Parts: sequence; C-alpha cells; structure tokens
Amino acid sequence: MKIVADVPSPLTALDRPNSYIGRAVPRPNLARLTQGRAQYVSDVVLPRMAHVAYLRSPYAHARITRIDKTAAEKGKGVIAVVTGAELSKVITPWVGVLSHLKGIKSAPQHAVAVDRACWQGEAVCAVVARTRAEAEDACELIGIDYEELTPVTDPETALDKATPVIHPELGDNLTFERTLDAGEVDKAFRESDAVVEATFVFGRHTGVCNEPRAIVADWNPGEQRLTVYHGTQAPHMMMNLFAKHLGLEEYQVRVLTKDVGGSFGIKVHTYADEMAVVALSKLLKRPVKFVADRIESFVTDIHARDHRVKGKIGVMQDGTITAFEIDDLTGIGPYSVYPRTSGIEANQVVNLTGGPYKCPNYRARARVVFQNKNVMCQYRAVGHPIATGVTEGLVDLAAAKIGMDPAELRRKNLYPDDGYPATGASGIKFEKLSHHASLDKILAMMDYKALRADQAAARKQGIHRGIGFASFIEVTNPSAAFYGVGGARISSQDGATVRLDATGAIFIHSGVTEQGQGAEAVLAQCVASSFGVPIDRVRVITGDTDNVPYGGGTWASRAAGIGGEAAWQAGKALRQNVLAAAASILQAQPEGLDIKDGIVVDKGTDRERITLDEVARICYFRPDTLPPGFQAELMATRHYVPRAWPFAFTNGVQASYLEVDTDTGFVKLLRHWCVEDCGTVINPQLVDEQIRGGIVQGLGGALFENCLYDERGQMLNGNMADYLVPMAMEMPDMEIGHVVTPTADSELGAKGAGEAGTAGAPAAVMNAINDALRPLGAISLTEMPFTPGRILKALGKV
Amino acid sequence: MKPAPFAYAKARSVEDAIALLAQHGEGAKLLAGGQSLIATLNMRLSAPRILIDLNGIAGLNSITLKGGEVEIGAMTRHAEIERSDVIRKHAPLIAMAMPHIAHPAIRNRGTIGGSIAFADPAAELPACLLALGGLVEIAGPKGKRTVKADDYFKGLYETAIGACDMLTGIRLPAAPAASRYGFAELSRRHGDYAVAGLAASATFASGKLTKVRLAFFGVDLTPVRAKAAEMALAGGDLDKAVAALASDLDPPDDIQENGAVKKHLAGVLLRRVVQQLTETRA
Repeated sequence: MKIVADVPSPLTALDRPNSYIGRAVPRPNLARLTQGRAQYVSDVVLPRMAHVAYLRSPYAHARITRIDKTAAEKGKGVIAVVTGAELSKVITPWVGVLSHLKGIKSAPQHAVAVDRACWQGEAVCAVVARTRAEAEDACELIGIDYEELTPVTDPETALDKATPVIHPELGDNLTFERTLDAGEVDKAFRESDAVVEATFVFGRHTGVCNEPRAIVADWNPGEQRLTVYHGTQAPHMMMNLFAKHLGLEEYQVRVLTKDVGGSFGIKVHTYADEMAVVALSKLLKRPVKFVADRIESFVTDIHARDHRVKGKIGVMQDGTITAFEIDDLTGIGPYSVYPRTSGIEANQVVNLTGGPYKCPNYRARARVVFQNKNVMCQYRAVGHPIATGVTEGLVDLAAAKIGMDPAELRRKNLYPDDGYPATGASGIKFEKLSHHASLDKILAMMDYKALRADQAAARKQGIHRGIGFASFIEVTNPSAAFYGVGGARISSQDGATVRLDATGAIFIHSGVTEQGQGAEAVLAQCVASSFGVPIDRVRVITGDTDNVPYGGGTWASRAAGIGGEAAWQAGKALRQNVLAAAASILQAQPEGLDIKDGIVVDKGTDRERITLDEVARICYFRPDTLPPGFQAELMATRHYVPRAWPFAFTNGVQASYLEVDTDTGFVKLLRHWCVEDCGTVINPQLVDEQIRGGIVQGLGGALFENCLYDERGQMLNGNMADYLVPMAMEMPDMEIGHVVTPTADSELGAKGAGEAGTAGAPAAVMNAINDALRPLGAISLTEMPFTPGRILKALGKV
Repeated sequence: MKPAPFAYAKARSVEDAIALLAQHGEGAKLLAGGQSLIATLNMRLSAPRILIDLNGIAGLNSITLKGGEVEIGAMTRHAEIERSDVIRKHAPLIAMAMPHIAHPAIRNRGTIGGSIAFADPAAELPACLLALGGLVEIAGPKGKRTVKADDYFKGLYETAIGACDMLTGIRLPAAPAASRYGFAELSRRHGDYAVAGLAASATFASGKLTKVRLAFFGVDLTPVRAKAAEMALAGGDLDKAVAALASDLDPPDDIQENGAVKKHLAGVLLRRVVQQLTETRA
C-alpha cells in the first residue's frame, strides 16, 4: 500500500481509525432509493412541459416518399408535428468517427430521419402533445408513404459486390478495419504440436435498464439557456454535444443528472431521439419530455456484441501456447454511434484476445460493417466477453486436444506474477497483474479436486456436469488514450471540490455520476477518510454541469479509480487548509495537528483541541478574530487523471459449474466463482455486487439474451416476454474473492471493477458446457446463447 | 406504450356484461385480470372501443365441489386457486400446474377464466382443462351453454366463445381415487410461457394406465391431445407412445425453438410425465 500516514508507523493512512477504505459502508443514497424518493428523470414534471412521441419506421430500409401531417396536427392535444427535414434546421447532423481509429467512416445521422429510414425503429416524424398518450394517438394520424429498399442484414455478405451500399457516398459498407501481426505467427503454427480452430458466434444483445432512457429539455429564451434533465452517464460530454449541434456555447447548456435507473453503457451515447428532444424544446420554446418505452427501447437503445470470430490456437504437447490468430466480423447498424464510435468493440477484441497469456505470436483482423439493423455501440465490458470467449474457448479446446487439465494449461501460460511490467502481443501494457495468485485462489475456493470428483461421481449416474474456467483481463481507469486522443471531447480526467460547511460537515462535488452502482458511497468514503470526518457528515453532489468540476462521468470502470482518487486528494487538500485555520486559531503549528472523527486533535496523542464546527464558526462568522493576514480557504479542488499507463488493467479468473440435461438441452447453473484483482478495494460489498451483477449480464449473453432479426431486418423479440433477460431463479450462487495489487499510478491504488464479471462469465459457461458434453462426443458449442436447441443439435439429438 | 383511447363500462352482473357486449359488438373486450389484455392495449396490438370490466361482478370467484365436479368461477384468481384445499384434493393437476404460471404478481391478478378464454397455446391452464376433459360454461345472448374441452379450442386464440359471449366458469371432474396426473413443462426461465409442456390425466390400476388424456401445450396453435400416444400408452408401450408423437404433433417453429426441437422435447416430456403417472404413491 502506497498511502503513507502522517506519523510513520506500521499502519498506513488506510488503517487510520476513522478510515472507511476497505469497509462495506452503506451507500448514502440507499434510504432515498429504497423509499421511492429518488429523483429519476422519468419523474420530472415542469410547468408547460410537453411530451414527444415518435413515429418509427416499420421497415429496416426505406425511402420516405411522403409525409402528410395535416390530420395529426389536428389531433387532440397536439402542439406540433415536426419532420426530420424541419428539425434539421434546428440541430445539425453528426458523424461518429474518431481519428485514432484509422480509416473509420460513417455517414451523417439526423435527429429524425430525413428522406430515408435505415433501421426498423428509426424515428421518422416527431409529435409533441400535452401528454404522451395524445402524442401516440396523433402518430397514428400521420400519413406516410415508404418505398421499401433492399435491407443489408447479413454481415457475412455486407462487403460483397452484389450487396447494396447503405451509404453510397462512402463507397462500401465497411465502417472500420484493423489488422495486427505480431511475432512470427505462421512459423509458430508450423512448429506447433497441435493447432485447433473454431468459429465463435456471440449473439446480439442489449443492456435492459430498469429505467428506460429519459430526457427533459427546457430551452429558456429569456436566459438563452438550455437546461437538460438527462439520465446519462456523461453529463459534460452531452453538454458539449447539445451545444455543438444546436449552435450554442457550452455555457449556454446545463445538464442535470440526478438518479438514474441503471445504465450499463446504454446511456453514454448520443441518441437521435434525445437530440431531437433538445431541438424540439429550442424550436417550441418550452420543456419537452421523452421517456423511451420498452418497445422502442429494444429497437433504439444501442445493441452490442454480434461478433463472428474465427479463431486459431497453436500449442505444444507440453502445454505451451505458441500462437493466436483471429478474424472478427461484426455488423453495427447503419451508423457508427456518436461520439464514441461503433469501432471500439472490435478494436477491443483485437487488443484483448490472448491477453492473459505470455505468447508473442498473434495475428488479428477485425472488420466492422454497416447493416440495416439497430445501431450497436459500447455496452458493459465492451469487447471483453468476445475476446475472453475466443481466447478461453481456444485454450480449453487446446487443452482437450493435448489431454491436459485446463487449469494446468492456464498455469503454464499465464503471465508470471513476478514478470511485470509487461507488454502484451497486441501492444497493451500491464503495470502489475496477479493471474497465478488469482488462479490459485479460485482453485482453493471451488475445491477443484473435490469438484472433479463430484463431476465423475455424477457422470456415473448419467448426470452430466461440467467445469469451465475463464482467465481474463479488464480495461479500467482509461486515460485520454481511449477517446481524447481521437478528437472526442470526452474528459478522461475528473475533479472533486470539497467544502467545509458552517457546521463542520463536508460537501463534495464530483464529476463522476451515480447510476446505481454506488459511486456516491465511494466518493463519500474517500473524502471522509482523507479529510477525517464521520461518513454521515459527508454530502455528495454529482450530476450538474453548472455545479460540479468538469469530468468524464461514469463508464469504463472509472468512477472509483479516477473519481475516487480526485476525491481522496481533494479531502487531503482541504484537511491541510482546515488544519492551517485551526492552527491559527489555536496558535499552534499545523504539522502538530490532525483531524480525526471530525475533531481537530494533537497529532500523536489524539488530545482534542477544537471541533470542526467551531473552526467553521470562527472562519465564517468571526474572521475578525483571526490573526491579521490569515485567510481561511475552506474549499479545495483536486483533479486526477491516470498518466503512467494508458489503462489500469485488472485481471481475474472465473469458474462455472453447471449441469446439462442431455435429454432436453437445458443448462442448470450450479455454482459460479470469480477471483479478481481491482487493486485497493474501497468498498468490498459494492465491489462484490458489481462483480455479481456483471456476471449476471455475462450469463445472460451465454444462455438467454439475443436480439433476433429476420432477413428483412425486423427485430422479432423486442419485448420483455421474448427477449430473455436473466432472472433470479436461473442464477447460481456466486462466490467472489479478491487478490489486491494496487496501481502505483494513484495514491488510493484502486482500479475499476465494474466489468470484470461480464468479461469472463460467458467463456466460463461455454467451457463448462463443453466440459460436460465432451465425453458424450458432442460437437463443441461455440455459438452463444447456448439454447436447448443448439445443445441438442451438438448432441446429435435433433 | 399508452393504449389508444377506449371507453369503459363496469358490468354489474353476467347479464349486464352480455347486454353490454350485445350493445357494443366487436368493438368491445371483456376485462378480467388484464394480464394479457392490458399489455396488448399498451402495445396498441389491439384497440377496443370499450372495455367491459368484469371485476365488479359478485359470485364469480368461487371454488366448489358439487356433484362429483369441481366448479371454478371465471373470475377466480390464480393465487386463490393456488391456495385452495379443494383444488389440492380434488383437482390436483391444476395444483401441479400453478407454480409454473408466471410470477406471484401476475397470479395475484390473473384469472382462470381469462386464461381459458384467451387460450394462449403455450399457457398451462387451457392444457389442464383439455387433459381433464373439463367443461366450459359460457353465457350468451341466448342463454347459457356448456362446451366440452375437446370441442372448445378452435384455433390460435380462437375458442367456442362467440363475439357476444362470456366465459363464466369451468367444471372439472373431481379426481377419483385411482386417478393419476402428470405435469411437466420446459421454459427457458421460470414463469415463462412453455417451449413445450404436457398436462396429463389417467387411471392407473394393476400396473396399467387407462383413460389416458395427454394435452401438449406450446407445440401448436392450441393445446393438443396426442391421441395416438394415448392409445399406445393404454396398450402399455411407452416407446410406441413416444414414436406416435411424430404423427400426433406437428409443432410450428417459434421464436425460441424450431418444430423439430419441440417435437423432441415432447417425447422427453412424455417419458417424464408417464413416470409421474405410474410411480408408486407414498
């Protein structure tokens, strides 16, 4: 632990009696949320507020030949009916590209489609009315004619000459391509004792948020200001984009983000129907509200995954992995999503495949193509489940091929724990990871030998159980290398402003946001600990671009590691300021004082000298009694951005134990384990629940979730009955363990933990299913989700 | 997801409901528990001009044992059936099916009449009605009539209930001593509609199954009897019964699984349900 106490002692600052670091402190917003007193955007009501509903294209690809608004404009309660062409005079279109993704291209996307709809569900006309119901009624009165165009739906043929080009001005349907060739791949495969190939398919899925996307925009012509109540993960980013496309200055826009009912990466993007809301408010000069309903959420919330990866691994008889090769293909909808682009997931697959293993020979190609389906972009654990699925699937196939225990083969190839810093074959840099310690720990937690014995005993009774592992790495605490260097105005740094109020309580204003994961608890813990007050004396303010330091928000597992460090440093800075004030009151030396549990004490003896509320009272109300020339500064701001490493990689390993009913093809998840290393664990309960929640979303991808489309580009299961989100009854017990390797890049040493669960769970389940079925001669299952039908087919039963 | 505008009328009696139906014709829909209807309204998949609310009609939520039959009023909630001793003792197949029906919140509102009238082909209760050879009580403009389960299901969401009719209750034969029941379904998540399911009744004596009724659900446009398999089982040949499903069933593909998988699963379900029908009772 790098944090040094003021008094040299065997204990660190984290062990101070009033330290909250490493404690399962309840989140400060818990009571409010559980009592139904949260402030969701869905609940916001403003005077003169109107509601918008969108007429959405029933076709995946169609020219709009006529829009007749006459009847709709006369509809009950209707305020305005606005077409894409009309709205384009208020808000400019955007193009989702980044300069560091070389060659990525996309077409201008409008807030409401102009002339042409490019996916089923794209908004083609907006109706603003007094109520949402009236707006929906009037949508049915819009006269609209379409000329259906041939949809491009299959990524495999998207680049064929015979396939229509969705955006002719781009020349082809290729959004982005990246290739990588490291080491001597061909030679390595030639010299391998065994080479295994497999094609992995990852279904298209989406993050189903408890609260759908929601936005209220309020253009005030008197102030020339736009206030946006927005369920977003990145308020400052959205402030910039609203301003840019409405032709405003950033200071004319305020984004307010209070409680958000889940996000999972869904709410960190620019949505056409949300951009339309801010434009409609500016056009109509009144507040306009939009809350996506479930049906439109399924066809407009970003989708993710949907990758087909051909993979190849070389291995020696002694278990040494010699080479990896992958060819990834993904279809991302008709537009690259703004501003983070839809090239990142494939880019991550290239970066991360083979990541846990010391193997210098790696070749990759990833192609991202346009198609007439809903847009795809970054969802929790971007690219990780795919890279981990391919890597770990190949590793298990290689282990089976040479007859080696899969845990043993991993142990043979994982980066050694004492071999850091290290650089992966794709160029990714590892500060310090703990693959072997993690593997040892998980094998002990699951009692691997006993589990294998249980598996063998069950097998004798015709019960087929399987054990599957997935070692993984996770990208967290991103620096500017993620988006900033590509030209996006997305902050990688974050700030915290900490203030002592007049009664001795602490306010912290932070640039990160809270969407249910507990970021506010972590901020409070950091400040309470570094400043030295009881945590119930800390009030956390987030989600207001007028009132918090400029920051990135909460995504890519950055809130604790980056926002937490800024809060920690701000707390320390304020402590120095307050000790200076106390010293001047007490006529003591600041170096001889400390703050513990909200009281200024003598350092070393902990003798009480003055309470914080007394310091505050004097500084705020009787500054005349302070020595001449002394000015108390009771507010301090600090910023933090990772500089030493582009990303703080974390690592871990998951294991799944499950049972396959070989008659029905149904899978029953029995147990699940995860050991991960996110460095300093600020709040063990929150970290464990992040891991569990992430695992559930990974299990969803492995067994349940899949956005099904027909060949005409129609989504077939866009509702909560047919799109199967994982539910409690099907979830196994999950045991979480930790290895702690703090990053030296920050004083706190915390790395991110939000996506580790999702990264590894699908691969662990895939490997466990194949472990269960391999002795039965089943074909290896590599296409997710693993439905009963696919399992029965692999068993040759249907 | 807001429904199109509709009018609302609260029926005071069965006769009142029938009169309102006669008055409004095709544009009217009866509202029972609303667990399917309200979702279709919100998704604008249906837009009735008027909803006739049956929730105020007294006397439609009773479960009684009368003359060797269990009578269940149309407005009886799933949750009431789930907790009923009469059902547990005299209609055990219904009791076996109950935990598979959706989730507690839905069972608190959903009614048996709504389920049988809606006749979702993948729902549990219509199949149970068919497996038990029950009767459906229907009231209409010309009075009351009773329809046998075998004659009740006509097509996808189509039943013997006419446009101006209302289902008022169902009658099930009370379980005789030698009767046996089996129920199994396969759904991707607990509480989902079945990928495939089977409700069965039979008499089991001297190691032999007789009076076998097999009602599969989730495999066709209505719940379906597997009559060739029933005959094979009565002949004591389980393998032949499973093979007979090839002619009894022709499941269409649906969003979860294709017909071939469903047909395979039907065979697995049959073996498991026959095990239930023939296992020694404690």
